[in-house]
Amino acid sequence: MSRESMEYDVVIIGGGPSGLSTAIKLKQLDPNINVCLLEKASEIGAHILSGNVFETRALDELLPNWKELNSPIKTKVNKEKFLFLGKTKSLSWPTWLLPKVQQNHKNYIISLANLCRWLAEQAEALGVEIFPGFPASEILYNDDGSVKGVATQDMGIDKEGNKKDSFEPGIELIGKVTVFAEGCRGHLGKQLIEKFELSKDKDPQQYGIGFKEIWEIEDKNHEEGLVMHTAGWPLDNNTYGGSFMYHAENKQVFLGYVIGLDYKNPHLSPYDEFQRFKTHPAIKKVIEGGKRISYGARALIEGGFQSLPRMFMPGALLVGCDAGTLNMPKIKGSHTAMKSGMIAAETIYEHFKENKNLSIYEDKFKNSWLYKELYEARNVKPSFSWGLILGIIFTGIDQILFRGKLPFTLKHKHADHETLKPANQMPKINYPKYDNIITFDKTSSVYLTGTNHADNQPVHLKLKDPNLPINYTLEKFDEPAQRYCPAGVYEVQIEDNVNKFVINSQNCIHCKTCDIKEPSQNITWVTPEGSGGPRYGNM
Amino acid sequence: MKILVAVKRVIDYNVQIRVKEDNSGIVTDNVKMSTNPPDDNAIEEAVKIKESGKATEVVAITVGEEKAQETVRKALAVGADRGIHVKADSILEPLAVSKILQKIVEKEKPDLVFMGKQAIDDDCNQTGQMLSALLNWPQATFASKIEVRDNKLEVTREIDEGLETIEINTPAIVTCDLRLNEPRYASLPNIMKAKKKPIEELMASDLGVDITPRIEQVKVEEPPKRKAGIKVASVAELVQKLKNEAKVI
Repeated sequence: MSRESMEYDVVIIGGGPSGLSTAIKLKQLDPNINVCLLEKASEIGAHILSGNVFETRALDELLPNWKELNSPIKTKVNKEKFLFLGKTKSLSWPTWLLPKVQQNHKNYIISLANLCRWLAEQAEALGVEIFPGFPASEILYNDDGSVKGVATQDMGIDKEGNKKDSFEPGIELIGKVTVFAEGCRGHLGKQLIEKFELSKDKDPQQYGIGFKEIWEIEDKNHEEGLVMHTAGWPLDNNTYGGSFMYHAENKQVFLGYVIGLDYKNPHLSPYDEFQRFKTHPAIKKVIEGGKRISYGARALIEGGFQSLPRMFMPGALLVGCDAGTLNMPKIKGSHTAMKSGMIAAETIYEHFKENKNLSIYEDKFKNSWLYKELYEARNVKPSFSWGLILGIIFTGIDQILFRGKLPFTLKHKHADHETLKPANQMPKINYPKYDNIITFDKTSSVYLTGTNHADNQPVHLKLKDPNLPINYTLEKFDEPAQRYCPAGVYEVQIEDNVNKFVINSQNCIHCKTCDIKEPSQNITWVTPEGSGGPRYGNM
Repeated sequence: MKILVAVKRVIDYNVQIRVKEDNSGIVTDNVKMSTNPPDDNAIEEAVKIKESGKATEVVAITVGEEKAQETVRKALAVGADRGIHVKADSILEPLAVSKILQKIVEKEKPDLVFMGKQAIDDDCNQTGQMLSALLNWPQATFASKIEVRDNKLEVTREIDEGLETIEINTPAIVTCDLRLNEPRYASLPNIMKAKKKPIEELMASDLGVDITPRIEQVKVEEPPKRKAGIKVASVAELVQKLKNEAKVI
């Protein structure tokens, strides 16, 4: 089948902070480099979800005059709290006793989605061509095996794979260099990592699932600029996770929960842990009387330094969370993603001008503050595999006394899909009923995401073995997809006394958790038709 | 034959609408906006008629704020030839829009004016009809099928009783229903080409029409929450509840 093709100097896949920073930096270095950027969401920002307490370090370098450019970075952090939660009590931890990386007084509470919208305006003003609604679905290779570019998804294919009247074939976008900036668990990035063995000799990648709700709360409970984190209840000592609550502008709080996807109990439901967490007196008193206005979830990449793949390959670079540049103890990935994009842009510029090999990306990365930051942070996440209490004690020694300079590196031992124990060996968890005031069911939550996929299109969650969920996963793990999916995509229904695995793919909010956690790696997330997925506002 | 198609920028149909806390309106900040869905059908039909050789030019027009131009750009990406953007920042009621369209029709002299049957934001369903009255042109509303004949249109309309087929003379106004066609996707190369197509920019204030709102919006409220249903054990219980509790039978 012949497709039209378009040629660019640089093709960027993904309109998040890393992709947009790559684009802006390239245009700053040389306005004549032509750059196009593809985004699967219906508009830039619509698939972006993040806490977010923003460190401006990378932005200060990229757009030093950002304060004069009407940026959506407004609310400075002015107060911090850290709470250990018991079932009903809470213990406040003095912030001066927190490692320096967890102190936020120079940072801002922002909506990353809005920051991306604004970055996209800056990029377009510099001449970057941005195409929202066009997912890159396929990697194209040259005869010598190097990356040639990508193809966008065909539009107008029906459920059975036939062309509808509205069929519109995908386009080939050919780049001298292609930059993959899809975010955590990018479906093309995953293929590249495998094909070019980019993760060889690295630890298995680690992930988490993050939830976020935006609440509009009563005036008396709102303290603009307050940043609060918690650890402890409702998770047990052996499950990695915690919460955030950021008091943003307009009487809004950004409330969220992150759980490591290395959890062991298949009965655990990350969604229900988050809902239950909100009923803690320390949290409930803030949001009570308020109104939940947004909901969303997204997987995040937590492996850090030990799991970071090689980020260059012939013809292409990986940037941001598509590689895994998030700084876990800092709970921040935006500034690091941006910096990795800026380094990628410098690499490409020198590749064009001085014919240098793309492998200089690695040297540039190693000489940057980004590398130093990730190196010093490396031992925190693995230490929590010993449990919350030992993890905190170790982190205190590692981060406060040694500032990340301990002469050894802890390893991540398992990939997240390997950690589940058989269902009959683990305790069942009885989650409380939703009260529809503080806690809500998945259906009404998914409704708030505005997610939609044009009906009559192929299911974009592919099963390698369609019988495995019922024949194996249901019996052994009580089919955990029913619980780890934050959008209720997966259900086991009984039809005529026979179990049936149902995939409600139209509910999908593109978080990628199933692709990560499915114990047999039986589910593969591929791009649906363009513009599908959530329509997040200021997430 | 020339076809003028009016398009409107509205909140995307997938977005959950939220009422402002002071009940003065709805929240539009950082909300995904799109072309009003039946306006997409109107553009598609006009482009199809042009592709069949029965029309020579399709002109897309929108009235509204700066960003409303996106809808014209999208129309150009799916086949409209050129665009007109009449800029106005104030609240625009259907009468104001139809008066502006009247001025543009007098200038552009199209043979047909297409638009969506109604906009999904205010659900007014008035602009097409008012324009028809102002121009004294025939109108066919809720069109689900359009056949172009010499100086005539055969239009099938979606009405409560079923389908009604009428014949009208041109020039005429047609408002389009969602079942009229399946709008095409804008392809990447066509989006690129659309960036180079001309859009004429005019100021509503320069057209000499009075667009002052005539309706005062007192309050915007969310519809009352529906109470959760209950399961009944038998038909008898259902009948009993319908009779004694709901008092509907």
